[in-house]
Amino acid sequence: MTKVTMTVNGKTVSGEVEGRTLLVSFLRETLHLTGTHVGCDTSQCGACVVHVNGKAVKSCALFAQEAADADVRTIEGMANADGSLSVIQQAFQDHHGLQCGFCTPGMVMSTAALLAENPKPTETEVRHYLEGNLCRCTGYHNIVKAVLAASGQDMDQIAAE
Amino acid sequence: MYSFDFLRPTTLAEAAEALARDEALALGGGQTLIPTLKQRLASPSVLVSLGAIAEMKGICRNDAGQICIGGGTTHATVAAELAESYPAMAALAGQIGDPAVRNRGTIGGSLANNDPAACYPAGVLGSKSLIVTNTREIAVDDFFQGMFTTDLESGEIITEVRVAVPDRANYQKFVQPASRFAMVGVFVAQYSDGVRVAVTGASQDGVFRWTEAEAALSAHFDASALDGLSVAADDLIADLHGSAEYRAHLIKVMTARAVKAA
Repeated sequence: MTKVTMTVNGKTVSGEVEGRTLLVSFLRETLHLTGTHVGCDTSQCGACVVHVNGKAVKSCALFAQEAADADVRTIEGMANADGSLSVIQQAFQDHHGLQCGFCTPGMVMSTAALLAENPKPTETEVRHYLEGNLCRCTGYHNIVKAVLAASGQDMDQIAAE
Repeated sequence: MYSFDFLRPTTLAEAAEALARDEALALGGGQTLIPTLKQRLASPSVLVSLGAIAEMKGICRNDAGQICIGGGTTHATVAAELAESYPAMAALAGQIGDPAVRNRGTIGGSLANNDPAACYPAGVLGSKSLIVTNTREIAVDDFFQGMFTTDLESGEIITEVRVAVPDRANYQKFVQPASRFAMVGVFVAQYSDGVRVAVTGASQDGVFRWTEAEAALSAHFDASALDGLSVAADDLIADLHGSAEYRAHLIKVMTARAVKAA
C-alpha cells in the first residue's frame, strides 16, 4: 500500500491505496464520496467523469496514484457555497435533464468542462462534446436543453429529434 | 485486475530503469491499457506510469521546421495546439474517443499500441514522420509491423514524434459509432515531392499505405485520379460492423473525400 495525497473539492485528503486502485475507487470507497458513479467500468459511459487539474477525465480509467498531488473536483464540489444547486445543476432539474439520475454526475461534470472552454456552445457542439456520456433514460434532448440553458442561451430553438 | 507494483518516475532515465524489471509494462494515458488490465488480458508485475515525465510532454518546432510532439502529449493538447500549424493532424486528434479520453490518451501510447482501428497511426504514417525513442530514431515506414505490433523493443519508450508539415492534408474517419474507433479512416497528405495515403481500421495487418492511390494522386491531386483504382478485400477486416468488401469500398470513398477536403 502507498499513501496518496490530493486535493478533492478544495480539501487536502490522503489515504492508503494499492497500485491498481482506481481514482473512482479511492473517491467512493476511501473518501466515501459516492456521488461519482461507476457505470460501465470500461471507460465508455462517462458516469465517473470528474475534473483533474481542471480537465474532465474518466475516473475509472485513471489510477489513484496518477492523481497524486492533483486538484480533483467531483459532483460533491459542484453546489454553491450555501448548498444551493449550481447553475448547471439547477438547469438539469428545471429542464428534466435526468430521470433515473445515474449518469447525471458525469453529465454535470462534462457540462462544466464544456462551458469552461466554450461558454456559448451550439446544439451540435453540445451533442458532440457529450458523446462520451451515455444516458439510457432521457434520449439526450432535455440534457442538451439543460446545457444550453445553463450557458444562458435560448434552448427553445433546438431541433426536436 | 491483477495486483502489480505501481511506479511513477519523473525522468526518462528512471522510467527506462523501471521498465527493465521483469514483466514491467509502460502506462501512457491508460485509455486502452487500463480497460485491458481490468479484463485481465495483461498482467504486468510492475506498471510504470509515464505521466509524470515532464520532458515527454508538449509540442515545439525544430530548426528543420518539423513539428515535435512529445510522446506523453495528450490528444486534447495536439487538437488545440496544432490547429494552425497542422490542422489536419489537429482535427484527427480531436476526433479520437471523447473529450475525457482525449484529456488522458497520449500520442506515444496510441502509436505503441498500434490498434488496427486507431486514428493516430494513419496520421503519423500518412505524414513524413520520425518516431524518436529513448534509444534511437525509427523511420515511420519501419515502425508499424502489423496489428498491435511495432518495431519497439521491450521497455523502449516513444519520447517524441517528429512530423513534417505537408502542403495540404486531410483525415476522413468513418466512425464505428459504438466504439468511436475508425471503421475506416484515411489520411491524405500532399508534399512537394509526392502524396502519402494511409489507411486505418480496414486491414488485418493494421495501418497501411495505399501506394496505388499515392501514385495516382502524386500525378494528379484530384479525386478523379482514383477512378479505376480499387482495393482488394482479401486481407481486410470483416466483422459484424462491416464485411471486407464494404471496408474496401469505404477506403476509396474516404480517400476521395479526404482529397476533396484537403
